[in-house]
Amino acid sequence: MTEKISAELTLGPVLYNWKADAWRDFYFKIADEAPVDTVVIGETICYKRAPFFEPLYGEVMERLEAGGKTVVFSTLAEVMLPHDRRIVESICSIEDHLVEVNDASGLYHLTGKPHNIGPLFNTYNEEVVKTLAKRGAKNFCVPHEMRATAIEAVAKEANALGCTVEVQVFGRQSLALSARCYHARAHDRIKDTCQFVCEDDPDGLNLRTLEGQPFLTINGVQVLSNDYVDLIAELPDLARMGVARFRLSPQNVDMVAVAKVYRAAMDGDITAAEGHETLKDLVGDTPLANGFFYQQPGYRFIDGDAVVH
Amino acid sequence: MTAESLTKTELVCPAGTPAALRTAVDAGADAVYCGFQNASNARNFAGLNFTPAELEKAVDYAHQRGAKVLLACNTFPPGGSTDIWKTAVDDAHSFGIDAIIVADVGVANYVRETYPDQRLHLSVQAGASSPEAIRYFCREFDVRRVVLPRILTVAEIKKVHDAIPCEIEAFVFGNIGMMKEGRCALSTYVTGESTNMDGACSPAHHIRYVEDDERNLTTRLGRFAVDHFAAGEAAGYPTICKGRYLTNDRTCGYYAFEEPRTLNLSALLPDLMKAGVTALKIEGRQRSRAYVKAVVSAFRHAVDALMEGRDPKLADLIALTEGAKQTEGAFKTKTWR
Repeated sequence: MTEKISAELTLGPVLYNWKADAWRDFYFKIADEAPVDTVVIGETICYKRAPFFEPLYGEVMERLEAGGKTVVFSTLAEVMLPHDRRIVESICSIEDHLVEVNDASGLYHLTGKPHNIGPLFNTYNEEVVKTLAKRGAKNFCVPHEMRATAIEAVAKEANALGCTVEVQVFGRQSLALSARCYHARAHDRIKDTCQFVCEDDPDGLNLRTLEGQPFLTINGVQVLSNDYVDLIAELPDLARMGVARFRLSPQNVDMVAVAKVYRAAMDGDITAAEGHETLKDLVGDTPLANGFFYQQPGYRFIDGDAVVH
Repeated sequence: MTAESLTKTELVCPAGTPAALRTAVDAGADAVYCGFQNASNARNFAGLNFTPAELEKAVDYAHQRGAKVLLACNTFPPGGSTDIWKTAVDDAHSFGIDAIIVADVGVANYVRETYPDQRLHLSVQAGASSPEAIRYFCREFDVRRVVLPRILTVAEIKKVHDAIPCEIEAFVFGNIGMMKEGRCALSTYVTGESTNMDGACSPAHHIRYVEDDERNLTTRLGRFAVDHFAAGEAAGYPTICKGRYLTNDRTCGYYAFEEPRTLNLSALLPDLMKAGVTALKIEGRQRSRAYVKAVVSAFRHAVDALMEGRDPKLADLIALTEGAKQTEGAFKTKTWR
C-alpha cells in the first residue's frame, strides 16, 4: 500500500507546432478523458504560430471546462518583436481566466492583478516569491533545473503567503531560449522565411552529437532535453515539501495514458516503480531523466530509492 | 557627422582582478564592473573576482581617478541560499559602489527595499528584451540602466531607447552568445552545475580535449562531444551553444546554434552612439590585463575621437580581433534570426 498524495495535476501548454486540427483534437480528448485539474493553453514559443491556434481557443476552452478542467492561458516566453509584444498584451487582457506569465513583459501588464508564473520565468528562490506574490502572483511553476533544496525553500515561502508551487514531473525539460530560430537554421532558413518547417517535427527536432549520441531537441527558438523528465518516484517528496501541483508537459505520446499513470501513483493505486515501467512503455525510445532534482546533470536518471534523504 | 549629434558615451570595462581594475581605470575606463569570489556573479571562476577587502580598495582607487565601479550581482540565488547575494549587496553598498547590476527579481527587490538610494542596473542576464519587460523593472525597482541583450539590431536599440525611461548599456566587444543569457540551462544539463545559480557556464573541470592517433581533436563537455577538429585546426573552448551537431537531414556536423566568434562592433560605434546608447560595454572579466589594456585603450581613443568629430580610426579596433573570427552579431541586420 503506497501513500495517497493530495495534489493537483496540470497539463502544460503544447510547446510544439502541431497541426491545428491535431492540436484541437488533442485538447478535446484531454477534456473528455484525462484526469487533470488544470490545462494551460496558448502559444508559448513563437508568435508566427499563434494565428493558427487563436481561432480555436474558444471551442477548446469550452470543451475543457465542460470536462471539469480549469483553463489558464500561457504567454510567450521570448518577447522582443512588435508581434510578440502585441500577443502578450492581448493574452494579458483576458479577464475571466488566469494567465501564466513566462517573462517580465507579462508582469508589466499583470502586476496588481491575480496571475500565475510559468516555468520559463526565473523563480529560483523565496525572495522572488515574496516579491511577485505581493504583486498578484498565485501559482509558481518553478524552472526545470531547480534542485530539491531550492524547491523546498520556494514552496515554504509560497505556502506561507497563500500561494501554490508547481513542478514539472513529465515531459522534455526546457533548457534554453534564443532570439534565433534553430528550426529555421537547421534548414538554412531564418525566422522570417521559415515556412513553418517546425510543423514537420511534432515532438521537436532531434539533435545528436558528432558521435551520434542523442543530445538535445530543437523547437523553434527553444532548446529542450532529448529525454523526458520523470519525477513519479519523487511525488511523495515533492508533496512533503509543500508542492501542490504537478505538471505534465505534452509530448507526442499518449498523454491521456501518461496522466492516468501519474494520477494512479498519486492515488496510491500503483507504486512509483510500476508507474515508471508503464511510462517507459508509453514513451518508446525516449529516455527518462530526473537528475536536476538531485542536483546532478539533468540527463541522468537517479534511482530515488538508492538516495539517502 | 558632427560631435553634437552624439550622446556622451561611457565606456564600461571588465575587471576580473584588482590588477585588471587598475589597468582598466588607467587605460581610460569611465566605469569598471566586477564581482565577488562566489556564485553571486556570472563569472564565478577560480582565480577570478574580488574579496570584500579588495573591492573596498578598488572602489577607492577608481573614485580617486574619477571612475565608477559597478558590482555584477547578476545570478539567481537558489532557494535557501539568498544570504550570499544579500551579503554581496550589503558589502558593496557599504563600500560606496556606484551601481549594482542585478538579474533576479528577488535580488532587485532586496536592494530597493534595503537601500532606497542605491543605483540599480539591470543585467543582460535578466533577459529583458522588450520595452515592457524593461519598463517593469524600472517601475517596480527603479532600475536606472538596462544592459541590452546582444540580440537587437541598431535600429531596434534606437526604438527601445525611445520606449523606455532608463539608460541603455550595449555590448560592443567580446564573447557573443545567441542564447538568452539568464535563460540557459544547457551547461547545467550536462555538468550539474548551474550557470544561473552557480555562476559558471562550461566550467573547466568538466572539459576534456581528446586527441586520436591522427591528431584529430574532439572537445567534450561532460559525457557529450561538443565539436571535432581535424589535425592542425584551431580548436575552440567547448561550450554547447558553439558546438557542431547532427540531425537526420544534416549528416555533416553543423553549428546548430551559432558559430564561435568574437563580437566586434567597432564599425557600428558611431551608429550605436547615435542610437542613444549611454554606455558601451566590453565583455571579458576572464581576460588578461594585457587584453583589458589593449581593448580599453583602443575603444577610449575611438569614442573620444567620435565625440570630438575626429577620425575614430576604427581599423585599430578591428585589428583587435585579428586572427580570430569576428562578427557584428545581431546588431547590423536581423537576417541571422
